[in-house]
Amino acid sequence: MKRYLVYLREYKWYCILGAASKWIEAVLELLVPLVMANIIDVGITARGSIGYVLAGGGVMLAMGAVGFGCAIFCQRSASIASQGFGTNVRNALFRHINTLSYRELDKIGTASLVTRTTNDVNQMQSSVAMIIRLVVRAPFIAAGAVVLCFVIDWQIGLLVTVISVLVGLVLWVIMHKTVPCYAKNQKKLDRLTQITNENLEGARVVRAFSRREGERARFDAAAEDMLDNSLRIGKISAWLNPLTYAIVNFGVALILAFCDFKVHTPAGFSSGDIVALINYMAQILNAMIVISNLISLFTKGYASMNRVSEVFDLKSCLADGEDAEADFTKPAVEMENVSFSYAGTEQYSLTGVTLTIPRGATVGVIGGTGSGKSTLVNLLPRLYDASCGRVKIFGRDVKEYPMFALRQLFGVVPQNAVLFSGTVRSNLRWGKSDATDEEMNEALKTACAYDFINEKGGLDQAVTEAGKNFSGGQRQRLTIARAVVGKPAILILDDSCSALDFATDAQVRKNISELTDLTTIIISQRASSIRGADVIYVMEDGKVVGSGKHAELYENCPLYREICDSQTRA
Amino acid sequence: MGRDLSKKKFKSGITRRLLTYVRPYGGYVAGAVIFSILYVAFVLVGPVLSGWAIDAMFEESKLFEKVWLLVVGFALCVLLASLSQKLLGNCVNSLCYKLVKDLRRDAFQSLTGSRVKYIDTHAQGDVMARVVTDVDIVSDGLLQGVAQLFTGVMTILATLVVMFVINYLIALVVVILTPLSLFVAAFITKRTFRSFTKQVRVQGELAAHVKEMLGGQKTVVLFNEERASCDKFEEIDARLYDIGWRAQYYSALTNPSTRFVNAVIYAVVGVLGAIFCILSAESGGVLELGALTLSGFTVGMLSVFLSYANQYTKPFNEISNVITQLQNAFASAARVFEVVDEPGEKLDGENRIEKVRGDIRIENARFSYDPAQKLIENLNVDVKAGSKIAIVGPTGCGKTTLINLLMRFYDLDGGTIYVDGIDAKTIPLDEYRKMFGMVLQESFLAGETVAWNIAYGNEGASREQIEAAAKAAYCDFFIRNLEKGYDTVLTGNVNISQGERQLLCIARVMLANPPMLILDEATSNIDTMTEMRIQKAFKKIMQGRTSFIVAHRLSTILDADLILVMNHGAVIEQGTHEQLMEKQGFYYRLYNSQFAQ
Repeated sequence: MKRYLVYLREYKWYCILGAASKWIEAVLELLVPLVMANIIDVGITARGSIGYVLAGGGVMLAMGAVGFGCAIFCQRSASIASQGFGTNVRNALFRHINTLSYRELDKIGTASLVTRTTNDVNQMQSSVAMIIRLVVRAPFIAAGAVVLCFVIDWQIGLLVTVISVLVGLVLWVIMHKTVPCYAKNQKKLDRLTQITNENLEGARVVRAFSRREGERARFDAAAEDMLDNSLRIGKISAWLNPLTYAIVNFGVALILAFCDFKVHTPAGFSSGDIVALINYMAQILNAMIVISNLISLFTKGYASMNRVSEVFDLKSCLADGEDAEADFTKPAVEMENVSFSYAGTEQYSLTGVTLTIPRGATVGVIGGTGSGKSTLVNLLPRLYDASCGRVKIFGRDVKEYPMFALRQLFGVVPQNAVLFSGTVRSNLRWGKSDATDEEMNEALKTACAYDFINEKGGLDQAVTEAGKNFSGGQRQRLTIARAVVGKPAILILDDSCSALDFATDAQVRKNISELTDLTTIIISQRASSIRGADVIYVMEDGKVVGSGKHAELYENCPLYREICDSQTRA
Repeated sequence: MGRDLSKKKFKSGITRRLLTYVRPYGGYVAGAVIFSILYVAFVLVGPVLSGWAIDAMFEESKLFEKVWLLVVGFALCVLLASLSQKLLGNCVNSLCYKLVKDLRRDAFQSLTGSRVKYIDTHAQGDVMARVVTDVDIVSDGLLQGVAQLFTGVMTILATLVVMFVINYLIALVVVILTPLSLFVAAFITKRTFRSFTKQVRVQGELAAHVKEMLGGQKTVVLFNEERASCDKFEEIDARLYDIGWRAQYYSALTNPSTRFVNAVIYAVVGVLGAIFCILSAESGGVLELGALTLSGFTVGMLSVFLSYANQYTKPFNEISNVITQLQNAFASAARVFEVVDEPGEKLDGENRIEKVRGDIRIENARFSYDPAQKLIENLNVDVKAGSKIAIVGPTGCGKTTLINLLMRFYDLDGGTIYVDGIDAKTIPLDEYRKMFGMVLQESFLAGETVAWNIAYGNEGASREQIEAAAKAAYCDFFIRNLEKGYDTVLTGNVNISQGERQLLCIARVMLANPPMLILDEATSNIDTMTEMRIQKAFKKIMQGRTSFIVAHRLSTILDADLILVMNHGAVIEQGTHEQLMEKQGFYYRLYNSQFAQ
């Protein structure tokens, strides 16, 4: 918990003063029944003085006004401090995430990282607000009310203590019983969501098999199941208010009976005392309910904090290199006996890969799913570090380069064509931040994307989230344009023409081959996409099982021949 | 004016429809009304009795019995009040959850019966939110809201009545002070609402940025865009801070403000009551105020008023909350009813085919998704039973549209599809679709067991039949390697590849055993071994059936009985491979660019 105090430091005074002002409000609130009791006992019973009563009323109003002022000050401080805290944590978290390598990000997963930066930090933020606003107030009021009851009469004080404990017990039992049910309910709701989603995504399949009725029955069963669980929760939690109300007011009845017994004894009980006692009982009940809400809020906040801490605990295993210049006279890529395994697995995804790619060459990599093709190219721009062996780019170990400089050497077209919301222009500028229109249009032409972009609205055409307003093939071509606009030294195409028809695929490859001084690495499942390459590497189970030109491989490598045949022959 | 009127009409329409959902549960409604009346009555009588008890204690001629009777009466009131509150809770819960279920069921039913066009043209997230989240908002807002509103109004009214009976002057003062509370609450709600909507927008922006950037983190890293991404994040976050603390502050004002109003009312009632006590005592049990003479005011009565002053303002705050909740509920209900009202597919037809041969003729078909953009014009295809038709053409040429039309996912704008010489439109939809087996590229499987999924088109299938189909589709071996074999539930973390999923889809069609097939070959991301198995399975399943294949593989095209070459929504060439190659047209060029090198 300590590590988060840093983010609160600049709001230290907001926290302290906020909590302090809340405390003042609580004290005043506790004193009101005493003033009222005093009005009754002194003002009415003893003196019968209207002036005294008015003075008492004035005091109560003043206390209310001061309390109100304190409360407003506290709410404002709490809002500023907690939101500021949340903002600081979020910024630090996002910045931290951006320093992590893929190896660490894989551990948590994107979807979870998104909820951690948003929901979990929000949860922590509201915990901070509640600490400032209520942690001082609610227990203080509950405890203070009990103490003041003791002041009036110790026996009644004991009674009130017992009642408070009972109320606490009821709150605890009900929470304890319902919390797991709520978790279950969430699961049941997830199931309804899942079935709905399947009927949206699989709308065609459901209709093709005429399974309308079957799906309805499935949904009804799940809804019925959820209904049962909801009703069960409802039955338990519907006890909360009646039970606490009953306990507190039975307490009041006992106090009345007890007072009646004591009124005419020497201990002496005034009517003002009784009115004050009844009032304190009400305050205790309210405070206890607030405390129980606080507890559930804090459990959530604590869980969120742990989830956020998990992310902060991750440290990037990729150290930045000092300073290295690419030596363009050396081969573009050299791998010396490189092996690699993903985090948490014993199994090697790459074993003993040794290869050299000369500058300007076009290289093809082919193999089945899981053969290690993508892993191989991920090591080049250091998305991961090799477990053993050495990877050299233009004569330097990748670890010697500053990350920024290394990655500038590459243009990568990833397997899933990811675009970002903005415009075509803003997306292309990822490849080169100061690219001119001319350069961008040229890149679009290379990627066979110029025509459809021009039809659609040119470089200023909007791109929606993940580029959903473009078809799969169009997205792929745009990502290719983005990769070539910065004129990289090495271009990696990771199965990035799969959504293109064969003619366009061929045209794009032809355009790319015309770029000068470019080393190209093409990964593909299609034999036709790589058959013209200078060298083809055939991969299986993380190993290079064959290399050479198409004709040689077709003669010598059985796997390669099998792949080619399966795709071209009847 | 006109807009207001239509808005009112719209609301009353929704109310009427919601009432039809309430009707089956009239018992719960009656129960809720009765128990809330009882609850309010007992809650209010309680303090009166305790007030009398206090007075009785200090009476000169003190009667123990009287005090005891009053205390026991008070305890009884408490007991009955809590019992009725519990029963009220049960009624509201049952009503609320059951209604939610019904509403959801209807929305889902409408969804399953809707036209494919509806699903294609509406954002899935939005439709899902309507079925899942919006229904919850309706139940929360409407039912719990109404319950609170009802008890709230009851409490206010009953409190006022009792206060007026005891002492109408103090009651009058309380009534005059009441608007203060309402005013404060309304003021705060309005400011809060505005800043909350702003906050939600910025929060959405932030989440979208995080999602987009982390989703594409690999790209972000590779293009050295981390700095820019962080800067953008901080820029949005700064705006969120600014709007966030204000929103939180405004909403946090509600409690202190109402506490303050409460304190004012408490003090005024206390002072006024105390003065009346003194005056009553001075004039011997009656209260004389100028020309007015009221019955005497006692400390016990004061205690009643103080109790009431504490609980009187609470319902007012609740009511202002309830009103926003109700507004949300109406908005959500309208969204849910839109789904419920979505017109369904036309299911019935008068023609039945006993034994399907599988001749298909498409005549003068015309279709477009968007009237402004012509797509399929004058399409004519004649297919003999049992033949194999390959559909080829560049991306976006209309291959998928053809499948949509054949499966009657979309209706033709003109022309006719004949099956065995009968107009497809006149065949009952379910029977028509069962004539086709469909395997698409995006292989959809439900989150149920493997066996359940294979038996999707043949619900009554035995385990033997299921396994036989799986063997025939070459998936038996990998299914057996799954943790629970055929009983493995296909959730996101089950490790089966895209290709294996497609094999399961083939098994599913094999078990359904339809006379005609529509197959969509996968283009990528399938490893070679699985690819070969799919080819083999396709070949096996096509035997003797009329089959349409969206083709990417040479092997499929070469031995097809008929190749349809599509471009821009039209079939521009058709014939066998040899015929088309001889023609040296579009197909010839396409073929050469793909396969010859």
